[in-house]
Amino acid sequence: MADLEAFKEEVRAVLAERLPEELRKGNRSDLPHDLLGKWIVEMGDRGWITPDWPTEYGGGGLDREHTAALKAELKKAKAPIVSSFGVSMLGPTLLEYGTEEQKKEFLPQISKNTVRWCQGFSEPGSGSDLASLQCRAEKEGDEYVITGQKIWTTGADRADWIFCLVRTDFDAPKHEGISFILFPMHQEGVKVAPLTLIDGSAHFSQVFFDGARAKVSNVVGPLNGGWTVAKRLLQHERSTDGSSDGGIGGAAKESITDFVKRQVGLENGELADPTIRERLAAHEIDKRALSLTMRRAVEEARAGQRARDIGSLGKFRWANMVKNEQDIAVDSSGSQGLGWEGPGYEDAQIERTKKWLITRADSIWGGTNEIQKNVIAKRVLGIPE
Amino acid sequence: MAVILSEEQLMLRESAQTFLADQSPVTRMRELRDAFDDTGYTPEIWKQMADLGWLGILLSEDHGGSDMGVADLGVVLWECGKVLAPEPLVSALLLGANAVRLSGNQTLQKDLLPAVAEGDRIVALALEETARFHPYNVATTFSGGAISGTKIHVLDGHVADQIVVVARTAGNAGDREGLALYLVDADAKGVSITRNRRMDGRNAATVEFDGVEVGADRLLGDADLLDQVIDQATVGLASEMLGTAEEAFERTLQYLKDREQFGEKIGTFQALRHRAAEMFSELEFARSIVRDALSALDEGRADAAVCVSAAKAQASKASRLIGAEAVQMHGGTGMTDEEEIGLFFKRLKAAELSLGDETYHQRRFATLQGY
Repeated sequence: MADLEAFKEEVRAVLAERLPEELRKGNRSDLPHDLLGKWIVEMGDRGWITPDWPTEYGGGGLDREHTAALKAELKKAKAPIVSSFGVSMLGPTLLEYGTEEQKKEFLPQISKNTVRWCQGFSEPGSGSDLASLQCRAEKEGDEYVITGQKIWTTGADRADWIFCLVRTDFDAPKHEGISFILFPMHQEGVKVAPLTLIDGSAHFSQVFFDGARAKVSNVVGPLNGGWTVAKRLLQHERSTDGSSDGGIGGAAKESITDFVKRQVGLENGELADPTIRERLAAHEIDKRALSLTMRRAVEEARAGQRARDIGSLGKFRWANMVKNEQDIAVDSSGSQGLGWEGPGYEDAQIERTKKWLITRADSIWGGTNEIQKNVIAKRVLGIPE
Repeated sequence: MAVILSEEQLMLRESAQTFLADQSPVTRMRELRDAFDDTGYTPEIWKQMADLGWLGILLSEDHGGSDMGVADLGVVLWECGKVLAPEPLVSALLLGANAVRLSGNQTLQKDLLPAVAEGDRIVALALEETARFHPYNVATTFSGGAISGTKIHVLDGHVADQIVVVARTAGNAGDREGLALYLVDADAKGVSITRNRRMDGRNAATVEFDGVEVGADRLLGDADLLDQVIDQATVGLASEMLGTAEEAFERTLQYLKDREQFGEKIGTFQALRHRAAEMFSELEFARSIVRDALSALDEGRADAAVCVSAAKAQASKASRLIGAEAVQMHGGTGMTDEEEIGLFFKRLKAAELSLGDETYHQRRFATLQGY
């Protein structure tokens, strides 16, 4: 492994030469499409989309230190964040549970970002009680035939494949009859209907399966052992939280501090509304504490010091934090925080209002705050039920 | 930037835990409170703390110390907070002696600090004059070589051998400019000390200075020194209070697991489970941010003051929640003097309101961040 300092130098040199100025904006959704596409190809070729995966599966083959150094350099350069369900959730799950054939088929595509994945977990009748899911898979030769409905499927309209929880044993107790299966979205028997949300956006879909087909060899982990695989995958989902600003829709164009300063104004160097000022400070302190706690979780685990799993706090505290930021933003705008579209409202005000609406989802998806606290009480604090 | 403990700090923590478990159960604090003797702490324990090297952690080897950092002292304070040790660690070390240590006055350092490390000298800081904390609200004057004014909430002022006094050579109360710190003997002519008995069993004092003559050789520094002293003491206090909060939380958690009502453990009730998760998250947030502030001070980071205020704000928030919930979850038992949880509750409140509460530090954080 290359010397760490030399490696950082190398990364900086590549970034200086190859990363266009227009893309140096961090976690934003309005980057120029062509440039971003080219950059993602380049990232994939270098193994930088999945730096810690083995090179044989298209990863960068880097150890933890070098991976952390790479991520730090990318962040410093404000490089766009290439994240996907494949990178953050399915990939780590396949590395742990996948067969060699599954790894060889699917991991390189994820590492190059050439195949888009979506997650088929929630159903209309199975939200927090996910294990009650009813979507059926019945064996027919070397295929499963799938019937049922999924909801809250992010990016289903653009996805090529889905990783999906289906019921494969209809008589077993609810946790023991579920399998984790992969199949293509582009086929007869799969229909996607966009779901318009509270902020007017349609990032989520409902997906209907009526005789969709999946290869038997694409069950990940043991047959009827999908609940364990899914729980592990959700840990990957939760461990990705706590790092990104802005919540579900990404960071706003303008920092919360700059936004509030413009909305409220300064008098003698202080925000003119003392209550908003204190709330903003409290929010910024909370954000620091969250990020330091997530860093501590990693460092303590590495040093073998961790007593209780503090990573478990990340999801619900992160959700509260991103929601609170938008509460402050909208409150600081007063009636200007009520706009839906122009004229009469600044773009930045409308952006914040929409974010205020959509971030309500952050304490619901991926396990509601209530579910997170149940998990902490039971598993982390060990309070018997 | 260290958010986890080093190997040395883990060892220091273990030795502190062993010593305190052996020598300092919470009952000791209660006995001292009830006895209300002259000191309010145990001089023999103070001496043992000196022997363990705790009193010299911040002092240089020349002054009988071990030249370690605020983060190391923070480890010790955390453990002392867990058992409600009443010794004047924050008051005498981080407020009083620290003003001498951080000053440029080498004569006074040489005269005083070795005795501090030995546990033979208690130095208090006389700063506050208004009930709501603000370090520049000083009207006490230094003029014509004499100090006059009245100080309140002088922590452990009743046992001080010497007192660092913050006085004003120019300007008005509230101004940062014109402040000066002097070292005064507690038995100097014109000094009168009235002990104040606090609800948490600790002691403060009201100290009057009536034309107390002070030589120029007793000058320690100005507002820069004061800021430095207050920042270090604030994070030290935050460490101690989080030790207290941690223990209050652990005891409450155990109570949820033990106490039965309606034929079930009360910890099975979701209303309590969720609140326990909240308490845990506030505590862990506070632990992270206080460790960061400790290391910011030791590393002399440019944004150390920001880190300090963030830390005390979060520590106060966590303590407030945990203290209140600890009593509430203990139910009627928590209201009795006999049950120790009440001692933790009172200590937490005292720490919360000392050296600036959550709101004070939120405002200071905002000011430092330019809004």
